[in-house]
Amino acid sequence: MITRGFSGPRNKKISDDGRLPPGQSLTTGFPVLTSGPTPKVELDSWKFSIKLGVKPIQSWDWNSFNQLPQSSLVTDIHCVTTWSKFDTKWQGVMVDDLLSAAGYELDSLPTRFVLAHSVDGYSTNLPIADLIRGKAMIATHFDELPLTSEHGGPARLLVPHLYLWKSAKWANALQFTEKDVAGFWETRGYHMRGDPFKEERYGG
Amino acid sequence: MVDKSTLIDHSIGTSSIWKPATIASLEKLTKRIMRVKLSTDEWKPAVAGQHIDVRLTAEDGYQAQRSYSLLSTVEEIGSYEIAIEYLTDGEVSSYFHENAQVGDSVEVLGPNGGHFIWNSVNTSPVLLIGGGSGVVPLLSIVEEKTNSESSTPMSLLYGVRFLEDIIYHQHLNELTERHESLSVNFSLSRETTVPSLPQYHPGYIHESLIRQAQKHLTNNDPIECYVCGNNGFVESMTTLLQERGMDNIRTERFGE
Repeated sequence: MITRGFSGPRNKKISDDGRLPPGQSLTTGFPVLTSGPTPKVELDSWKFSIKLGVKPIQSWDWNSFNQLPQSSLVTDIHCVTTWSKFDTKWQGVMVDDLLSAAGYELDSLPTRFVLAHSVDGYSTNLPIADLIRGKAMIATHFDELPLTSEHGGPARLLVPHLYLWKSAKWANALQFTEKDVAGFWETRGYHMRGDPFKEERYGG
Repeated sequence: MVDKSTLIDHSIGTSSIWKPATIASLEKLTKRIMRVKLSTDEWKPAVAGQHIDVRLTAEDGYQAQRSYSLLSTVEEIGSYEIAIEYLTDGEVSSYFHENAQVGDSVEVLGPNGGHFIWNSVNTSPVLLIGGGSGVVPLLSIVEEKTNSESSTPMSLLYGVRFLEDIIYHQHLNELTERHESLSVNFSLSRETTVPSLPQYHPGYIHESLIRQAQKHLTNNDPIECYVCGNNGFVESMTTLLQERGMDNIRTERFGE
Protein backbone atom coordinates (compact mmCIF):
# COMPACT_ATOMS: atom_id res chain seq x y z
CA MET A 1 0.00 0.00 0.00
CA ILE A 2 1.62 3.26 -1.16
CA THR A 3 1.24 6.40 0.93
CA ARG A 4 0.72 9.29 -1.47
CA GLY A 5 2.98 12.20 -0.65
CA PHE A 6 5.54 10.13 1.25
CA SER A 7 8.90 9.89 -0.47
CA GLY A 8 11.06 8.47 2.27
CA PRO A 9 14.03 10.04 3.96
CA ARG A 10 15.26 13.36 2.68
CA ASN A 11 18.87 12.37 2.74
CA LYS A 12 18.76 9.15 0.81
CA LYS A 13 20.21 6.97 2.07
CA ILE A 14 22.70 5.34 4.32
CA SER A 15 23.61 1.99 2.83
CA ASP A 16 23.08 -0.57 5.51
CA ASP A 17 24.16 -3.76 3.69
CA GLY A 18 21.10 -5.57 5.01
CA ARG A 19 22.12 -4.77 8.59
CA LEU A 20 19.03 -2.67 9.31
CA PRO A 21 16.05 -4.91 10.19
CA PRO A 22 12.65 -4.13 8.61
CA GLY A 23 10.79 -1.23 10.20
CA GLN A 24 13.88 0.13 11.95
CA SER A 25 15.62 3.53 11.59
CA LEU A 26 19.26 4.22 12.33
CA THR A 27 20.15 6.50 15.22
CA THR A 28 23.52 7.81 16.31
CA GLY A 29 22.24 8.62 19.80
CA PHE A 30 21.38 6.11 22.46
CA PRO A 31 17.74 6.53 23.55
CA VAL A 32 16.66 5.29 26.97
CA LEU A 33 13.40 3.35 27.25
CA THR A 34 12.46 1.85 30.57
CA SER A 35 9.11 1.00 32.10
CA GLY A 36 9.85 2.65 35.47
CA PRO A 37 12.32 4.81 37.38
CA THR A 38 16.04 4.19 36.99
CA PRO A 39 17.14 2.14 40.02
CA LYS A 40 20.31 3.19 41.82
CA VAL A 41 22.39 0.06 42.32
CA GLU A 42 25.22 0.11 44.88
CA LEU A 43 28.30 -1.89 43.94
CA ASP A 44 28.87 -2.89 47.59
CA SER A 45 25.64 -4.83 47.74
CA TRP A 46 25.55 -5.88 44.06
CA LYS A 47 25.20 -9.58 43.43
CA PHE A 48 24.66 -11.71 40.34
CA SER A 49 23.22 -15.21 40.61
CA ILE A 50 22.62 -18.27 38.49
CA LYS A 51 19.60 -20.24 39.62
CA LEU A 52 17.98 -23.51 38.62
CA GLY A 53 14.30 -22.95 39.37
CA VAL A 54 14.36 -21.56 42.92
CA LYS A 55 17.67 -23.26 43.75
CA PRO A 56 20.73 -20.96 43.83
CA ILE A 57 23.62 -22.49 41.88
CA GLN A 58 26.31 -19.81 42.03
CA SER A 59 26.59 -16.13 42.82
CA TRP A 60 29.20 -13.43 42.51
CA ASP A 61 29.75 -10.10 44.23
CA TRP A 62 31.06 -7.17 42.20
CA ASN A 63 34.74 -8.02 42.78
CA SER A 64 34.50 -11.72 42.03
CA PHE A 65 32.31 -11.01 38.99
CA ASN A 66 34.96 -8.72 37.55
CA GLN A 67 37.59 -11.44 37.95
CA LEU A 68 35.71 -13.62 35.46
CA PRO A 69 37.13 -13.68 31.91
CA GLN A 70 36.42 -10.35 30.16
CA SER A 71 35.28 -10.10 26.54
CA SER A 72 34.49 -7.32 24.10
CA LEU A 73 31.72 -7.21 21.51
CA VAL A 74 31.17 -4.72 18.71
CA THR A 75 27.63 -5.19 17.50
CA ASP A 76 24.45 -3.64 16.11
CA ILE A 77 21.54 -3.21 18.52
CA HIS A 78 17.82 -2.92 17.77
CA CYS A 79 15.05 -1.54 19.96
CA VAL A 80 11.41 -2.55 19.37
CA THR A 81 10.51 1.16 19.41
CA THR A 82 12.11 1.18 15.92
CA TRP A 83 15.58 2.60 16.46
CA SER A 84 18.75 0.69 15.66
CA LYS A 85 22.33 1.64 16.39
CA PHE A 86 25.30 0.18 14.52
CA ASP A 87 28.74 -0.79 15.83
CA THR A 88 28.14 -0.36 19.53
CA LYS A 89 31.08 -1.41 21.68
CA TRP A 90 30.55 -3.44 24.85
CA GLN A 91 32.69 -5.19 27.42
CA GLY A 92 31.73 -7.72 30.05
CA VAL A 93 31.46 -11.42 30.80
CA MET A 94 30.15 -13.75 28.11
CA VAL A 95 27.23 -15.90 29.29
CA ASP A 96 29.35 -18.89 28.15
CA ASP A 97 32.07 -17.97 30.66
CA LEU A 98 29.53 -17.31 33.38
CA LEU A 99 27.89 -20.72 32.94
CA SER A 100 31.23 -22.43 32.86
CA ALA A 101 32.25 -20.62 36.09
CA ALA A 102 29.01 -21.95 37.59
CA GLY A 103 30.09 -25.48 36.71
CA TYR A 104 27.91 -26.02 33.65
CA GLU A 105 28.92 -27.47 30.29
CA LEU A 106 27.22 -25.99 27.26
CA ASP A 107 26.34 -29.45 25.95
CA SER A 108 24.47 -30.48 29.08
CA LEU A 109 22.55 -27.50 30.41
CA PRO A 110 19.72 -28.30 32.85
CA THR A 111 16.80 -26.76 30.87
CA ARG A 112 16.15 -25.07 27.51
CA PHE A 113 14.87 -21.73 28.86
CA VAL A 114 15.94 -18.95 31.18
CA LEU A 115 14.38 -15.90 32.78
CA ALA A 116 16.75 -12.97 33.12
CA HIS A 117 15.96 -10.91 36.23
CA SER A 118 16.68 -7.31 37.22
CA VAL A 119 16.97 -5.57 40.58
CA ASP A 120 13.74 -3.61 39.95
CA GLY A 121 11.62 -6.72 39.45
CA TYR A 122 11.84 -6.72 35.66
CA SER A 123 12.23 -10.04 33.91
CA THR A 124 12.46 -11.33 30.35
CA ASN A 125 12.43 -14.86 28.98
CA LEU A 126 14.85 -16.38 26.50
CA PRO A 127 15.71 -19.77 25.06
CA ILE A 128 19.16 -20.58 26.48
CA ALA A 129 20.29 -21.19 22.88
CA ASP A 130 20.01 -17.41 22.35
CA LEU A 131 22.49 -16.72 25.16
CA ILE A 132 25.31 -19.21 24.55
CA ARG A 133 28.08 -19.85 22.03
CA GLY A 134 29.20 -16.28 21.79
CA LYS A 135 25.75 -14.69 21.43
CA ALA A 136 25.30 -12.81 24.70
CA MET A 137 27.12 -11.23 27.63
CA ILE A 138 26.57 -9.56 30.97
CA ALA A 139 27.90 -6.14 29.96
CA THR A 140 29.59 -3.80 32.44
CA HIS A 141 31.12 -1.32 29.99
CA PHE A 142 29.82 0.64 26.99
CA ASP A 143 32.25 2.49 24.75
CA GLU A 144 35.07 1.69 27.18
CA LEU A 145 33.36 3.43 30.09
CA PRO A 146 31.48 1.83 33.01
CA LEU A 147 27.85 1.36 32.02
CA THR A 148 25.75 4.26 33.32
CA SER A 149 22.65 3.51 35.40
CA GLU A 150 20.26 4.83 32.75
CA HIS A 151 21.63 2.27 30.28
CA GLY A 152 21.41 -0.54 32.83
CA GLY A 153 24.62 -0.15 34.85
CA PRO A 154 26.42 -1.51 36.70
CA ALA A 155 25.60 -4.63 34.66
CA ARG A 156 23.03 -5.56 32.06
CA LEU A 157 22.33 -8.52 29.87
CA LEU A 158 23.21 -7.91 26.21
CA VAL A 159 21.58 -10.15 23.58
CA PRO A 160 22.19 -8.05 20.48
CA HIS A 161 20.51 -10.32 17.93
CA LEU A 162 17.13 -9.88 19.68
CA TYR A 163 15.14 -6.68 20.38
CA LEU A 164 16.68 -4.82 23.30
CA TRP A 165 13.89 -5.45 25.82
CA LYS A 166 15.45 -8.94 26.04
CA SER A 167 18.72 -7.32 27.17
CA ALA A 168 17.57 -6.80 30.76
CA LYS A 169 19.03 -3.68 32.38
CA TRP A 170 20.31 -3.85 36.01
CA ALA A 171 20.54 -7.62 35.62
CA ASN A 172 21.03 -9.63 38.80
CA ALA A 173 20.17 -13.22 37.89
CA LEU A 174 19.76 -15.80 35.18
CA GLN A 175 17.26 -18.46 36.18
CA PHE A 176 16.87 -21.75 34.35
CA THR A 177 13.17 -22.60 33.94
CA GLU A 178 11.52 -25.82 32.79
CA LYS A 179 9.19 -23.95 30.43
CA ASP A 180 9.33 -20.72 28.43
CA VAL A 181 7.76 -18.45 31.09
CA ALA A 182 6.64 -15.01 29.84
CA GLY A 183 8.55 -12.10 31.42
CA PHE A 184 7.49 -8.50 32.05
CA TRP A 185 6.86 -7.22 28.51
CA GLU A 186 6.05 -10.68 27.16
CA THR A 187 3.12 -10.79 29.63
CA ARG A 188 2.04 -7.40 28.27
CA GLY A 189 1.72 -8.41 24.66
CA TYR A 190 5.26 -8.45 23.37
CA HIS A 191 6.71 -11.39 21.49
CA MET A 192 8.15 -14.41 23.31
CA ARG A 193 11.36 -14.39 21.21
CA GLY A 194 11.76 -10.94 19.60
CA ASP A 195 13.88 -11.47 16.48
CA PRO A 196 14.21 -8.03 14.81
CA PHE A 197 14.84 -9.49 11.36
CA LYS A 198 11.52 -11.36 11.56
CA GLU A 199 9.86 -8.27 13.14
CA GLU A 200 8.75 -10.30 16.13
CA ARG A 201 7.53 -7.21 18.00
CA TYR A 202 4.15 -8.22 19.37
CA GLY A 203 2.70 -11.59 20.26
CA GLY A 204 -0.83 -12.74 19.53
CA MET B 1 10.47 -0.47 43.62
CA VAL B 2 7.39 -1.13 41.56
CA ASP B 3 5.60 -4.31 42.46
CA LYS B 4 5.05 -5.36 38.91
CA SER B 5 3.13 -8.49 39.81
CA THR B 6 0.12 -6.32 40.63
CA LEU B 7 0.15 -4.60 37.27
CA ILE B 8 -0.48 -7.58 35.05
CA ASP B 9 -3.68 -7.41 33.09
CA HIS B 10 -4.28 -10.43 30.94
CA SER B 11 -7.42 -9.01 29.39
CA ILE B 12 -5.56 -6.72 27.03
CA GLY B 13 -5.37 -8.01 23.53
CA THR B 14 -2.47 -7.30 21.24
CA SER B 15 -2.32 -7.12 17.52
CA SER B 16 0.65 -7.93 15.34
CA ILE B 17 -1.01 -7.50 11.94
CA TRP B 18 -0.71 -4.36 9.81
CA LYS B 19 -4.10 -3.01 8.78
CA PRO B 20 -4.90 -0.56 5.98
CA ALA B 21 -6.09 2.83 7.23
CA THR B 22 -6.85 6.22 5.72
CA ILE B 23 -6.34 9.70 7.04
CA ALA B 24 -9.79 10.92 8.10
CA SER B 25 -8.75 14.34 9.40
CA LEU B 26 -5.74 16.54 10.06
CA GLU B 27 -5.93 19.38 12.53
CA LYS B 28 -3.25 21.52 14.09
CA LEU B 29 -3.70 21.58 17.87
CA THR B 30 -0.71 23.84 18.51
CA LYS B 31 2.10 25.26 16.36
CA ARG B 32 3.97 21.98 16.58
CA ILE B 33 1.33 19.34 17.23
CA MET B 34 -0.93 17.88 14.54
CA ARG B 35 -3.94 15.78 15.48
CA VAL B 36 -4.38 12.96 12.99
CA LYS B 37 -7.45 10.76 12.81
CA LEU B 38 -6.94 7.46 11.07
CA SER B 39 -9.89 5.31 10.14
CA THR B 40 -9.70 1.60 9.58
CA ASP B 41 -12.24 -1.14 8.89
CA GLU B 42 -10.37 -3.49 11.21
CA TRP B 43 -10.76 -1.36 14.29
CA LYS B 44 -10.33 -2.68 17.82
CA PRO B 45 -11.11 -0.75 21.02
CA ALA B 46 -8.11 0.62 22.91
CA VAL B 47 -7.24 1.12 26.55
CA ALA B 48 -6.22 4.61 27.68
CA GLY B 49 -2.43 4.96 27.45
CA GLN B 50 -2.01 2.48 24.60
CA HIS B 51 -0.25 3.27 21.33
CA ILE B 52 -0.52 2.32 17.69
CA ASP B 53 2.27 1.91 15.16
CA VAL B 54 1.90 3.80 11.88
CA ARG B 55 3.69 2.70 8.69
CA LEU B 56 4.22 4.72 5.52
CA THR B 57 5.35 3.26 2.21
CA ALA B 58 6.99 5.33 -0.55
CA GLU B 59 6.55 4.53 -4.23
CA ASP B 60 9.98 2.90 -4.36
CA GLY B 61 8.96 0.55 -1.55
CA TYR B 62 10.84 2.39 1.20
CA GLN B 63 8.97 2.08 4.49
CA ALA B 64 9.09 3.98 7.75
CA GLN B 65 7.14 3.26 10.90
CA ARG B 66 6.72 4.99 14.24
CA SER B 67 4.79 4.40 17.45
CA TYR B 68 2.28 7.05 18.55
CA SER B 69 0.32 7.18 21.79
CA LEU B 70 -3.42 7.50 21.32
CA LEU B 71 -4.70 10.98 22.17
CA SER B 72 -8.11 9.64 23.05
CA THR B 73 -9.64 6.21 23.40
CA VAL B 74 -13.25 7.34 23.84
CA GLU B 75 -13.62 8.55 20.25
CA GLU B 76 -15.92 7.05 17.68
CA ILE B 77 -15.71 3.44 16.64
CA GLY B 78 -13.58 2.91 13.55
CA SER B 79 -10.94 5.57 14.04
CA TYR B 80 -7.82 6.24 16.06
CA GLU B 81 -6.67 9.68 17.15
CA ILE B 82 -2.96 10.39 17.50
CA ALA B 83 -0.95 13.59 17.97
CA ILE B 84 2.22 14.04 15.94
CA GLU B 85 4.85 16.58 16.91
CA TYR B 86 6.76 18.41 14.19
CA LEU B 87 10.40 17.30 14.18
CA THR B 88 12.78 18.98 11.74
CA ASP B 89 14.51 15.76 10.76
CA GLY B 90 11.58 13.42 11.18
CA GLU B 91 10.63 11.75 7.91
CA VAL B 92 7.28 10.53 9.26
CA SER B 93 6.56 13.67 11.25
CA SER B 94 7.33 15.95 8.30
CA TYR B 95 5.09 13.88 6.03
CA PHE B 96 2.15 14.41 8.38
CA HIS B 97 2.89 18.10 8.89
CA GLU B 98 3.75 19.07 5.32
CA ASN B 99 2.41 16.60 2.76
CA ALA B 100 -0.39 14.52 4.19
CA GLN B 101 -3.95 14.96 2.92
CA VAL B 102 -7.26 13.55 4.05
CA GLY B 103 -7.80 10.28 2.19
CA ASP B 104 -4.14 9.26 2.05
CA SER B 105 -3.43 5.60 2.74
CA VAL B 106 -1.24 4.42 5.59
CA GLU B 107 -1.08 1.25 7.65
CA VAL B 108 -1.65 0.83 11.37
CA LEU B 109 -0.75 -1.90 13.84
CA GLY B 110 -2.29 -2.20 17.25
CA PRO B 111 -3.49 -0.80 19.57
CA ASN B 112 -0.78 -2.26 21.78
CA GLY B 113 0.71 -1.67 25.21
CA GLY B 114 -0.06 -3.38 28.49
CA HIS B 115 1.92 -1.38 31.04
CA PHE B 116 1.46 2.39 30.63
CA ILE B 117 -2.32 2.05 30.69
CA TRP B 118 -5.22 3.04 32.92
CA ASN B 119 -8.74 1.75 33.21
CA SER B 120 -11.65 3.54 34.90
CA VAL B 121 -12.41 0.53 37.11
CA ASN B 122 -9.16 1.41 38.89
CA THR B 123 -9.83 3.41 42.09
CA SER B 124 -6.29 4.21 43.32
CA PRO B 125 -5.50 7.93 43.10
CA VAL B 126 -3.53 8.80 39.98
CA LEU B 127 -0.77 11.34 39.46
CA LEU B 128 -0.02 12.07 35.80
CA ILE B 129 3.11 14.02 34.88
CA GLY B 130 3.75 14.92 31.25
CA GLY B 131 6.44 16.98 29.56
CA GLY B 132 5.70 18.49 26.13
CA SER B 133 4.15 15.97 23.75
CA GLY B 134 4.66 13.37 26.50
CA VAL B 135 1.28 14.52 27.76
CA VAL B 136 -0.54 12.72 24.92
CA PRO B 137 -1.11 9.30 26.57
CA LEU B 138 -1.98 11.16 29.80
CA LEU B 139 -4.67 13.14 27.99
CA SER B 140 -6.26 9.86 26.93
CA ILE B 141 -6.22 8.77 30.60
CA VAL B 142 -7.86 12.07 31.69
CA GLU B 143 -10.45 11.63 28.95
CA GLU B 144 -11.14 8.05 30.03
CA LYS B 145 -11.71 9.20 33.61
CA THR B 146 -13.98 12.14 32.83
CA ASN B 147 -15.90 10.29 30.14
CA SER B 148 -16.62 7.37 32.46
CA GLU B 149 -17.61 9.73 35.31
CA SER B 150 -15.12 7.89 37.52
CA SER B 151 -14.64 9.59 40.89
CA THR B 152 -11.04 8.38 41.23
CA PRO B 153 -8.88 11.34 42.32
CA MET B 154 -6.59 12.31 39.46
CA SER B 155 -4.06 15.08 39.12
CA LEU B 156 -2.25 16.11 35.93
CA LEU B 157 0.97 18.12 36.04
CA TYR B 158 1.67 19.34 32.53
CA GLY B 159 5.03 20.91 31.75
CA VAL B 160 5.45 22.94 28.55
CA ARG B 161 7.53 25.90 27.44
CA PHE B 162 4.86 28.39 26.43
CA LEU B 163 1.11 28.80 26.97
CA GLU B 164 0.53 28.34 23.27
CA ASP B 165 2.15 24.87 23.45
CA ILE B 166 -0.60 23.46 25.67
CA ILE B 167 -2.69 20.83 23.93
CA TYR B 168 -6.43 21.09 24.71
CA HIS B 169 -5.78 24.07 26.98
CA GLN B 170 -9.36 25.33 27.25
CA HIS B 171 -10.77 21.83 27.30
CA LEU B 172 -8.58 20.84 30.28
CA ASN B 173 -9.69 23.90 32.24
CA GLU B 174 -13.33 23.07 31.48
CA LEU B 175 -12.87 19.47 32.56
CA THR B 176 -11.43 20.51 35.93
CA GLU B 177 -14.41 22.81 36.49
CA ARG B 178 -16.84 20.01 35.77
CA HIS B 179 -15.01 17.24 37.66
CA GLU B 180 -14.16 17.89 41.26
CA SER B 181 -11.89 14.84 41.52
CA LEU B 182 -9.68 16.11 38.65
CA SER B 183 -6.99 18.75 39.02
CA VAL B 184 -4.75 20.08 36.26
CA ASN B 185 -1.71 22.31 36.75
CA PHE B 186 0.46 23.82 34.06
CA SER B 187 4.18 24.56 34.45
CA LEU B 188 5.39 27.08 31.89
CA SER B 189 9.18 26.99 31.69
CA ARG B 190 9.72 29.83 29.20
CA GLU B 191 6.50 31.84 29.32
CA THR B 192 6.96 35.49 30.22
CA THR B 193 3.27 36.21 30.85
CA VAL B 194 2.07 33.48 33.18
CA PRO B 195 -1.67 33.95 33.90
CA SER B 196 -2.33 34.81 37.54
CA LEU B 197 -4.66 31.91 38.11
CA PRO B 198 -3.88 29.12 40.59
CA GLN B 199 -3.35 26.42 37.95
CA TYR B 200 -0.51 28.25 36.15
CA HIS B 201 3.07 28.14 37.43
CA PRO B 202 6.28 29.61 36.05
CA GLY B 203 9.33 27.38 35.56
CA TYR B 204 9.71 23.64 35.61
CA ILE B 205 7.58 21.18 37.58
CA HIS B 206 9.07 21.36 41.08
CA GLU B 207 8.64 19.71 44.43
CA SER B 208 5.95 22.01 45.79
CA LEU B 209 3.67 21.25 42.82
CA ILE B 210 4.11 17.55 43.46
CA ARG B 211 3.40 18.05 47.16
CA GLN B 212 0.25 20.00 46.28
CA ALA B 213 -0.87 17.21 43.94
CA GLN B 214 -0.19 14.64 46.66
CA LYS B 215 -2.59 16.56 48.93
CA HIS B 216 -5.29 16.59 46.26
CA LEU B 217 -4.91 12.84 45.91
CA THR B 218 -5.30 11.83 49.54
CA ASN B 219 -7.34 8.76 50.08
CA ASN B 220 -6.05 5.62 51.70
CA ASP B 221 -4.63 3.95 48.63
CA PRO B 222 -1.09 4.53 47.41
CA ILE B 223 -0.78 6.93 44.49
CA GLU B 224 -0.15 5.45 41.06
CA CYS B 225 2.17 7.65 39.02
CA TYR B 226 2.45 7.87 35.25
CA VAL B 227 5.35 9.91 33.86
CA CYS B 228 5.87 10.55 30.16
CA GLY B 229 8.28 12.83 28.34
CA ASN B 230 11.86 12.91 27.15
CA ASN B 231 14.34 10.92 29.15
CA GLY B 232 15.81 13.86 31.08
CA PHE B 233 12.31 14.97 32.10
CA VAL B 234 11.33 11.46 33.19
CA GLU B 235 14.54 11.00 35.20
CA SER B 236 14.09 14.26 37.11
CA MET B 237 10.38 13.67 37.76
CA THR B 238 10.83 10.07 38.97
CA THR B 239 13.61 11.26 41.30
CA LEU B 240 11.27 13.90 42.77
CA LEU B 241 8.47 11.34 43.17
CA GLN B 242 10.73 8.84 44.91
CA GLU B 243 12.00 11.55 47.26
CA ARG B 244 8.36 12.21 48.17
CA GLY B 245 7.86 8.53 48.95
CA MET B 246 5.98 7.55 45.82
CA ASP B 247 7.41 4.47 44.18
CA ASN B 248 4.53 3.08 42.17
CA ILE B 249 5.71 4.73 38.97
CA ARG B 250 5.19 3.81 35.35
CA THR B 251 7.24 5.64 32.77
CA GLU B 252 7.21 6.14 29.04
CA ARG B 253 10.23 7.87 27.54
CA PHE B 254 11.27 9.21 24.18
CA GLY B 255 14.20 11.00 22.65
CA GLU B 256 17.75 10.90 23.86
